[in-house]
Amino acid sequence: MSAAGIAPSPPTIPSAAGAGPVAASRVPGTLDQAIRLSRYQLRDYLRSRRFVLMVSIVVAIGALLTFVLSHFHGAGLTGSTDAFYGSLWAGGAPAVIVFAGIIFGGDAIAGEFQNKTGYFLMGLPIRRTSVYLGKYVAAFVASTICLLLYLAILVGNGVFYLGVGSANGALVVSLAITLLYLAALLGAVFLFSSMFKNSLYAVLVVAVLFLFGFTIIQDLVVGLVHIEPWFLITYAQSVISYPFGSIPAHIQQGPFGAVSYNPTYAEGLAIILGYAGLTALGGLALFEREEFT
Amino acid sequence: MAPSLEARALTRRFGSFVAVDNLNLNVRGSKCVGFLGPNGAGKTTTLKMFTDLIFPTSGEAFINGVSVQRERKEALSSCGTLIESPEIYPSLTPREALDMVGGLRGLPTDEIRARTRTVLDEVKMTEWADRKVGRFSKGMKQRINIAASLLSDPEVVLLDEPSTGLDPRGMAEVRSIIKDLKKGHRLILMSSHILSEVVDVCDEVALVNHGKLLFYDTLANVNARLGTGATSVDIGFTRPVSDGELATQVATLPGVSGVSRVDGKRATAMIAGGPEVQSQILARLAASELGLVSFQASRSALEEIYLKEISQGDS
Repeated sequence: MSAAGIAPSPPTIPSAAGAGPVAASRVPGTLDQAIRLSRYQLRDYLRSRRFVLMVSIVVAIGALLTFVLSHFHGAGLTGSTDAFYGSLWAGGAPAVIVFAGIIFGGDAIAGEFQNKTGYFLMGLPIRRTSVYLGKYVAAFVASTICLLLYLAILVGNGVFYLGVGSANGALVVSLAITLLYLAALLGAVFLFSSMFKNSLYAVLVVAVLFLFGFTIIQDLVVGLVHIEPWFLITYAQSVISYPFGSIPAHIQQGPFGAVSYNPTYAEGLAIILGYAGLTALGGLALFEREEFT
Repeated sequence: MAPSLEARALTRRFGSFVAVDNLNLNVRGSKCVGFLGPNGAGKTTTLKMFTDLIFPTSGEAFINGVSVQRERKEALSSCGTLIESPEIYPSLTPREALDMVGGLRGLPTDEIRARTRTVLDEVKMTEWADRKVGRFSKGMKQRINIAASLLSDPEVVLLDEPSTGLDPRGMAEVRSIIKDLKKGHRLILMSSHILSEVVDVCDEVALVNHGKLLFYDTLANVNARLGTGATSVDIGFTRPVSDGELATQVATLPGVSGVSRVDGKRATAMIAGGPEVQSQILARLAASELGLVSFQASRSALEEIYLKEISQGDS
């Protein structure tokens, strides 16, 4: 049998298009590629039915909230700015984040395998880090848009009941913590999404865990084992309410010897930052090792 | 420097199954190489290792001398790929998808616009440039995938069954595009099940089975290796033809080395000679009173060798 190289090569002809091959040095850096990719991924999100669904959820929550406030004359929350935002922002924003995480992040990585969009991207001169980061940034921005929509509805009600000055510095600080929490929760969602190549499984696992799984685990850990659930991301979400007033005691004694825990300010922020960093590294490490078989 | 692709002791195991077994292949120069083999032979697995979609158990793949496994970004910077009919984000239009590809490859904006026009025109998708990809048929998506793989005018092009999902006209157009690509300073490695496509488009063929390279040679050498170089031709008649007529009016024609009857109205002739000899025989038969209705090569030299090598490998 003939071996490679025996076959004569035809004479080489310059590129018909004249553009010539792209030099490796022209390929953008990892971060640059991530930002470029995130722009198109975000465009895809914003045009998708999932974005319409998420906006519908936020509008429905906002409409219900507006109805309850008007029907029950403030529902006891319009007495002070802290009470208003401490309840409605700190209570509602984590729910919006969880829904956004499921909708934008649940299948973000798994979908690249199942929908075969990964084959389109990974044939390009691009590191997996860029793909992961680009999709993460797009999911973060899309979720933030939904979160800001919820905030706008809330501020509209706040201005109506409490006046223009109601949206104060505490709300800004709380918003900053909320965005950190979003970053951490999306990091965790991306980590779970990286564990699967099937979008449905990924979304189901993420939905079950974040809608009630972590809450059940938290209750079991506190109620049965009597330890502080510092290792759960959902445990840290209560720090979103801290800028609005009194911070609850770290350990609270209940009736019949029951104990409940609240994160300290520093502890809550540390959990959020820890989750954001560790889950990003973990998810990326998994994605780097996944094969498009 | 001539474009090149090299598999160096490339091996991939999935548990106990060896998908690619110590594959050594060195392809260099501007040409189109058909990558042939039956289902499960290891063609797609090999191409995926060349694009870092899956990782070798051992060995290495090189594009233009750069290791895909060690320097993925640099290796793929001069390579256009189309592996396993990928999907594009459904809300994007072809223009946006190509804009994304161009941006990720680092092409200047003006060049992206110009190349987008060119490649969309090449794959006959210009009028669909601003419609959402999610509404496209499989064939239309495949055309956009081909356009994306050509956008940066790459030196090396890896195509995994590029005509998959296309209608006959689309398949012919893909063949035409690949033939045009060959005019440039390019190396094309194309896996395909369609032998006629490979014969039509490729200059060389590499045949794999059970993950092993069975042979790699030029198509000209493949034809020459059939000994007599004979081509089997199926001939159909409008009326039953007697053995005597076959012996006197077909077997005696110059270039015909043998004739066998298939049924009353069909026969198979072995023709030693190229297209010119076949053309002359066809003209003589058409002029005869046998009532010629069809004249078609039943097997190409490549098909003969393909079946022979695969059956030897399986036994």
